[in-house]
Amino acid sequence: MGEQSPVLEMTGIRKVFPGVVALDGVDFRMFPGEVHALMGENGAGKSTLIKTLTGVYEIDGGEITLGGKPVRISGPLQAQQAGISTVYQEVNLCTNLSIAENIFIGREPRRFGKIQWGRMRRRAAELLARLDLDLDVSAPLSTYSLAIQQMVAIARAIDVDARVLILDEPTSSLDTAEVEQLFRVMRRLKESGVAILFVSHFLDQIYEISDRLTILRNGQLISEHRVEELSQVQLVEKMIGKELAALEDVEDKAQSNRERAAGAKPLLEAEGLGRTGAIAPYNLTIHEGEVVGLAGLLGSGRTELARLLFGADKADQGEVRVDGKKVSLRDPQAAMKHRIAFSSENRRTEGIIGDLSVRENIILALQASRGWARPIPRKKQDEIVDKYIKALQIRPADPERPVRNLSGGNQQKVLLARWLITEPRLLIIDEPTRGIDVGAKAEIQKLVAELSTGGMAVLFVSAELEEVLRLSHKIAVLRDRRLVEELENSADVDADRIMQTIASGASS
Amino acid sequence: MSIVKKRLFWPSLILVVMLGINVFTSNQFLTIQDGHLFGTLIDILRGSAPLVLVSVGMTLVIATGGIDLSVGAVMAISGAVACLLIQDLGNQNSVASVLLIIGIAIAVALVLGLWNGTLVAVVGIQPIIATLILMVAGRGLAQLVTDGQIINVQSGPYSTLASGFFLSLPVAFLIAVAAVVLTILLTRRTALGLLLESVGGSPTASRLAGISARRITVMVYVVAGGFAGLAGLIYSADIKSADSISAGNLIELDAILAVVIGGTALIGGRFSIIGTVLGAVIIQTLRITVVALDIPDKANLLFKAVVVVALCLSQSPEFRAKVFGRFKRRPAVEKVAA
Repeated sequence: MGEQSPVLEMTGIRKVFPGVVALDGVDFRMFPGEVHALMGENGAGKSTLIKTLTGVYEIDGGEITLGGKPVRISGPLQAQQAGISTVYQEVNLCTNLSIAENIFIGREPRRFGKIQWGRMRRRAAELLARLDLDLDVSAPLSTYSLAIQQMVAIARAIDVDARVLILDEPTSSLDTAEVEQLFRVMRRLKESGVAILFVSHFLDQIYEISDRLTILRNGQLISEHRVEELSQVQLVEKMIGKELAALEDVEDKAQSNRERAAGAKPLLEAEGLGRTGAIAPYNLTIHEGEVVGLAGLLGSGRTELARLLFGADKADQGEVRVDGKKVSLRDPQAAMKHRIAFSSENRRTEGIIGDLSVRENIILALQASRGWARPIPRKKQDEIVDKYIKALQIRPADPERPVRNLSGGNQQKVLLARWLITEPRLLIIDEPTRGIDVGAKAEIQKLVAELSTGGMAVLFVSAELEEVLRLSHKIAVLRDRRLVEELENSADVDADRIMQTIASGASS
Repeated sequence: MSIVKKRLFWPSLILVVMLGINVFTSNQFLTIQDGHLFGTLIDILRGSAPLVLVSVGMTLVIATGGIDLSVGAVMAISGAVACLLIQDLGNQNSVASVLLIIGIAIAVALVLGLWNGTLVAVVGIQPIIATLILMVAGRGLAQLVTDGQIINVQSGPYSTLASGFFLSLPVAFLIAVAAVVLTILLTRRTALGLLLESVGGSPTASRLAGISARRITVMVYVVAGGFAGLAGLIYSADIKSADSISAGNLIELDAILAVVIGGTALIGGRFSIIGTVLGAVIIQTLRITVVALDIPDKANLLFKAVVVVALCLSQSPEFRAKVFGRFKRRPAVEKVAA
């Protein structure tokens, strides 16, 4: 297939924003019937390149040819007409409408101005059948999972005769089975000759589905490869442009911690703690300086378990002891009094306050625990904030910038800073590394390892088994909203072992 | 940043222009008479006091992402309660009794605010619906208190609230200034403002950061109720009677407008008390300017609408770029990267 002529060819693409060159002479090409991964850290220019292709931005220089003919993409509509369709990270469909309505919204089949509902449903069903999906097209979209919703978005995108389909982080909120389902659909589309541009932070997924990849860094093209030519380590090195020593370092640290934490005393003990409909009663003990990892599929109850320990949700059975004394964690404030901190997986809706500045976001929890009548003096605020911006390398290092304008990784660091300044004894972090780039990910992992060395207990929730394995002293495995097994992390525990538990449920 | 781009530049400019018009049209803009300041400017300052009070309370409510439609009704109730009690006084000119009654009326208004806050934060009703209840029922309540009559009072101390002068400035104006200063100190010298903006920005995230979002929400409705009550007293002291139908009628809309002119977004979050005060004074100045310009009654509302539309447009950066971009030989404004 490599000898075919490319369906899309971009040469010397240049895009300048006030003060920044976002794309500097980037070449990019796609062949029909291939999945092409666009790789790069946050800010490398991936989104900008995609946006020039979908007509959100106009290019300042360079040339785009589609099917051999030069095109000028001046808006989203022109892009669509040229055969370039996009499915964005956040699915933008109307969940209250039916599947058929969502697929045909704005271009419903009509006769004499009246919508032909029967025909619309038939055509929707046909379209989904092409993707191997058998769904009730008249049911509201909200009755289906996020994965299905994503497929519907794809169905809509390909119905307009797409030659190029752009999938921007389609898998970031899907679980393993759902990702498989998506990949099946992508393979079908590939067979039918569609070129798919795929963006994802999950390297394993890139290697599973892609044929070719292009790497960007700082708005410049680094290189293009066939996937089998490049190992994951080489890829990451090219993306971040330095040797990948950081991650190795983390491993060593965690290893030495494991031995150390053995003699520590229990900090928090949960006994028969549960919440009907959310998580079955569980027992869990967390020691000082211990990192406990929670592993399990999406929806297995990881988050629900963690939320009970912070009082984000109220437990309706069981009890919690801190330092051996029974405590009531009825709300976050109660938990904070026992110096428990919790950073939610929903960074945007449950973490940062977008309008407020980096400084205000960082001091928020500390200020809340002091009460409104005792403001933290401004000088002290600036001191703390400067210290943490430096320590966590938050970029840009401007405390007065609205946190909304920071990248995902930096927002995550702001949230970590918010909790670290409250000097917690137990830090619960739910999916801190989701959707952030490799560099920031390594930094956050390193930080967790360091904190536990300093005596802080950490409850670490992540969908990535590798990460859980790397950091944790103890791993609690969840399945179907039940804690099914607790493992001491050791050399003979690996991802396969945990996968088995997740798959079978039975502990042995 | 040039001064033209400052958020409150255009509203301030419009205010100055309108004041300028008044300097020419009124024969007395600012003079001294009977030992105190007198003239159109003083009328504006005195007349805007109720709206400033109501709008400042509204700003805090809107900052939390809520809205309070009941402020007009609360004004009517507090005026009715005060006049009813003053009417029953043996000596309507007893300062102590009048002060006590003012206290009682404000307490009633605070309780009404508590009712709103409870419906919103504890019961969980949407603010617009929750306060609609009191907006409608409140006027009924006020009429019940006054038995459907307009209660007239002849109380010197009570009238002082609206028409008195202290240090040659109107008492009503001084009350409003005190309320504004107090609110600014309370929100910006403590952490209250930050917590308010946080709750308005994201109630869920705020709760998970350990902020008692519920308590803060209840509090802003109580404050808004109290300020509305005070405004109701000034209004009724001005007309020396309790008129449950027209007291504070449609003032909630003017107050919301003042907040918006002042640059606080209706979705909550960042707020500006000074901006709101500016907005309220503009609305009051507009009222007086309409009279000064001899604009016929029928065209009154239209004129107001035109000024308000102009104000809102002036605050939109896109609009300014379009209009002024033509005259300046500057490249078109670059779209900002997301």
